[in-house]
Amino acid sequence: MSETAIQAAAETPPASPMRGYWRSVFARLGRDPITLCFAVVVLAIVLAALAAPLIAPFDPYQQSIIGRLKPPGWRGHPLGTDELGRDLLSRLLYGGRISLLMGLAPVLIATLIGGTLGMIGGFAGRLANTAIMRTMDVFYAFPSVLLAVAISGAMGGGIGNGILSLSLVFTPAMCRIAETASAQVKHLDYIEAARASGASAARILRHHVLGNVLGPVLIYASSLVSVSILLASGLSFLGLGVQPPEPDWGLMLSTLRQSLYVDPLGCALPGIAIFTTSVCFNLLSDGVRRAMDVRA
Amino acid sequence: MLGFVIRRILFAIPIALGVSVVCFSLVYLAPGDPLQTVLPPDATAETIAIVRHAYGFDRPIPVQYLIWLWHVLQGDFGRSIATRRLVSLEVSGALANTAMLALFAAPLSFGLGAAMGAIAGWYPGRAIDRLVTGAAVIGVSLPNYWLGIVLVILFAVEFMVLPASGMGQSGSAAFSLWRWSDARFLVLPVLTLAMIPIGIIARSTRAAVAEVRGLDFVTTLRAIGLGEGAVLRHVLKNAAPPVLAVMGLQFGYLVGGSILVETVFTWPGSGFLLNKAIINRDIPVLQGTILALSLIFVATNLVVDLLQAALDPRIRRR
Repeated sequence: MSETAIQAAAETPPASPMRGYWRSVFARLGRDPITLCFAVVVLAIVLAALAAPLIAPFDPYQQSIIGRLKPPGWRGHPLGTDELGRDLLSRLLYGGRISLLMGLAPVLIATLIGGTLGMIGGFAGRLANTAIMRTMDVFYAFPSVLLAVAISGAMGGGIGNGILSLSLVFTPAMCRIAETASAQVKHLDYIEAARASGASAARILRHHVLGNVLGPVLIYASSLVSVSILLASGLSFLGLGVQPPEPDWGLMLSTLRQSLYVDPLGCALPGIAIFTTSVCFNLLSDGVRRAMDVRA
Repeated sequence: MLGFVIRRILFAIPIALGVSVVCFSLVYLAPGDPLQTVLPPDATAETIAIVRHAYGFDRPIPVQYLIWLWHVLQGDFGRSIATRRLVSLEVSGALANTAMLALFAAPLSFGLGAAMGAIAGWYPGRAIDRLVTGAAVIGVSLPNYWLGIVLVILFAVEFMVLPASGMGQSGSAAFSLWRWSDARFLVLPVLTLAMIPIGIIARSTRAAVAEVRGLDFVTTLRAIGLGEGAVLRHVLKNAAPPVLAVMGLQFGYLVGGSILVETVFTWPGSGFLLNKAIINRDIPVLQGTILALSLIFVATNLVVDLLQAALDPRIRRR
């Protein structure tokens, strides 16, 4: 299999196989209506969060003593009000901004840091590999929820600390995946050829290793987004992420939980938002993985 | 095999030491002076110096770590700042309650998840496969803390058949599994906790079974004339090692990641203790709980690796 792949790579000019691969990925995605549907839903959620200031019917911080925990439709509040009389729909829309930020930022940071470290670790000599991978093993030895809670708990709540702790949670696994992919190509002939022709290590990494690492890393990153949204909302739910009065789905769930017996619907809404977003990202990621899998 | 066992155990020791370093450093991650919580705000410089010396905070940090580690190895995690009780007692009591949840959630999720995944993987592309795959995606995407709240709304508020939270009137010490009045408090937390592992195990079992089912040796088995039941048995046996690894990881998550579910149900386990310790800024309890939970996770991974090697000779040679 590898021989034919090398042959194919030798016959085509160096830049085009990459572009051709990504074009075929998008072509496969275009033929997958279910994944496209979920992509549209994800896009709608992201756009709704981004456009919150334009489409939110009320100020998400505006409290009302007489209008607490009102049902949907009360005085023009489409989904009713929360325990402080703030408009629920507006808070859900604004909450999406922070929840999505806390879901996406850690994945992005972990992909950049973990991917780079792993690529270097797989390619570099034994010493650098041991140093990087054994450090990662230590952080890999914590259950993810526990590590996130421990770091945020020790450093204190807040969006920044939450993003930092989640990034640290996702980095080791990302690093392992990049390391495996990078170590697999390390001894292949075309890398030796590049080295023999005088290419520097940085150049080989950028031009010849990166392309092989990118696929598995991106597939894994796409599957992490929904985990990250769940964990981030979980941190806020515990009071370790977003702090009041900022609107965030996890935090709303935790404050509305107090009025569970009075207003079960209001208490369920932020959870539905988290669940919908997480399911859509999960299915989207499954579709992307299928499209990126050349064997299929 | 013996060589593999010894090597694998030796490999776990530096990991455990690394974990202890991380747990110890949590004190220094905390903003402000670690003594802040034990000192009154108007303490004089002299008092601060005395307390600092008494707690050993005036020594170099590596020395402090070694002293801490020495005590920890003897089972002495210090005393809780909030309750003045021994951390080892607090943590072991809480761990017993967490273990009770995990020991019920594990067979439920492993059995159900593996059965669902095996059926789906045996009939790839059929309606049953779609159904299981869909259910599994829902399982892994559900925020389990929210599922807990919804279950409470349904079963505790609407139908009033199960209790909403806690461990019952007899409390943690007198809790008995054999009394339904106590055991009913387990039902909702165990169901909630099992949901994510069911999804994850169903997904990985489906993938493993579907892959093995397409291998050449399965065609050979059929050609020899084996019945479908016997072929299924061979396929399951060959699909087992990766699924087993996932199960081990999930057991670790059931023990170490139950903080959200325990908080929803105010179940007095290790996660609940951790949450309390964070709110009270009770660093010794925080350190002790996290160290205990992560060491259990390391030990679980070790056991899974050894089990896998026992099942699959190829792993031993690596």
